[in-house]
Amino acid sequence: MSSLVVAHTRYLMTEQIRVPIGILASALFPAISMVAFVVPLAGGQAQAATTASASMTFFGATSGALIGLSIAVAMDREQPWNAYLRTLPAGPFPRFAGRIMSTLAVMLASVVPVLLVAAFFTEATITPLRLLAGLAVLVVCGIPFMLLGLFLGYVLTSKAVIAVSQLLFFPLAILGGLLVPPAYLPDFIGVVSPYTPTRGAAELLWAVTAGTSPDVLSVVMLAVWTVVAAVAAGWAYRRDEGRRFS
Amino acid sequence: MTVLAQAAEVTRRYGDVLALDRVSLDIRAGELVGLLGPNGAGKSTLINLFVGLRRPTSGTVTLFGGSPQDPAMRRRIGVTPQETGLPESLRVGEIVDFVSAHFPEPSDKHELLARFGLSDLVRRQIGGLSGGQKRRLAVALAFTGDPELVFLDEPTTGLDVEARRSLWDGITSFHERGGTVLVTSHYIEEIEALARRVVVVGHGRVLADDTMESVRDIVGVRRVSFTAADLRDLDALPGVLGAERADDGRVSLVTTDPDRLVVELVTGGTPFSGLEVKPTTLEEAFLAITSKEATHV
Repeated sequence: MSSLVVAHTRYLMTEQIRVPIGILASALFPAISMVAFVVPLAGGQAQAATTASASMTFFGATSGALIGLSIAVAMDREQPWNAYLRTLPAGPFPRFAGRIMSTLAVMLASVVPVLLVAAFFTEATITPLRLLAGLAVLVVCGIPFMLLGLFLGYVLTSKAVIAVSQLLFFPLAILGGLLVPPAYLPDFIGVVSPYTPTRGAAELLWAVTAGTSPDVLSVVMLAVWTVVAAVAAGWAYRRDEGRRFS
Repeated sequence: MTVLAQAAEVTRRYGDVLALDRVSLDIRAGELVGLLGPNGAGKSTLINLFVGLRRPTSGTVTLFGGSPQDPAMRRRIGVTPQETGLPESLRVGEIVDFVSAHFPEPSDKHELLARFGLSDLVRRQIGGLSGGQKRRLAVALAFTGDPELVFLDEPTTGLDVEARRSLWDGITSFHERGGTVLVTSHYIEEIEALARRVVVVGHGRVLADDTMESVRDIVGVRRVSFTAADLRDLDALPGVLGAERADDGRVSLVTTDPDRLVVELVTGGTPFSGLEVKPTTLEEAFLAITSKEATHV
């Protein structure tokens, strides 16, 4: 990894830590949900507590990826500082890589409170190996959400993106069964659920952390979402470049 | 002398708007060039082309003989960011380190901060700086990479007189050690104090490119003012480029031919008093060039 990527990552991380509201926003809501819902309703059963905790970690992580990243990118684009950075002797890659690295760091940081609540207040159980596998799945399944975040950030203004990213994220989280387990979802939601990227990610996460067998349609749809989001993000990036820097 | 940056027959359009119209300009090693022109004249577009932020619609722009889009060429330049966009949560020292990381042989951080009077602020967050301190930091960042050529866009906007002079000293000493500078400014006295060569742009074209003295002389415009309540048709007087009438009846004319104007005024028989003929500022000079240009087109 080049020293420029390190420099950009360090700079963006410093900004994140000095204005920690972004990290708090991704970390606090799932931790509170854990205490309010998971602990009283599912905390006593090992399997249910484990899958619910996995859902909550993913909820926090993807809100950082989708909401946090889209707002950061949209705000960046509006700053004259961004134009200055392009006059420095580096291509767009170090900045982009730094953005992704710092988003990953926020995603992983947001997992910690949920894991602590799960460990101390529920019957959730996990082996170190499964935990590591779960974190790996969380990062990989976070990619389509980062790509969606990039797409929104490059297409919308920062004011619009604050609303749109949340309007997109919360329904996806509910439909995908992150807040309420799929078994408890109403039938009509159950029909739509496998087609959301959140459901596919959740299926994989439950499989590696709690040993369930993942729903194939959901996982295939997650792959489709990833490809579509990558194409959309690439298109939005080039369109934005062409408008502002050609 | 070596040409460090060159625009050759450069045209740049934004949709229907013609920002630059077949502009050719060489910036040679060791020059201190002032770029003047009213807002919308094409100054920013020209700088954006030189620093690689934009591409020309037609014509070519080169930086050290290569493309401004090539990061290797940009290692040898320095650019001022707009101080409004500096990342507020970072400390002064951190932002200098961050920018330094992009250059093979950056300036020494403490020496750089001392040069711009920022030594005491190394640990201060940028959000807590005053407007003038942010402006000085923005200019310091242009010198972070120990550049051969710097582009300073409005470097002293919003600074008080003392801070402006100390910044001018910094720019002049960089130039004296062999550095090349392209500076734009709203402050005419800034260009007069700094630049040896002046390029005037207007309507997307280079209207004048000469020494400071010549640019003033080319125009030869003078400000003629007097009090004459009864004088009506000001524009009919010889060589008048601009006319203003104050509430107290005092008339102020910018003219290319003050001698004939005064003769006309006397022979015309209209009573007047308090006649003054003064040399114009550079601002009046370039307004005169741009308005003449407009009537030619």
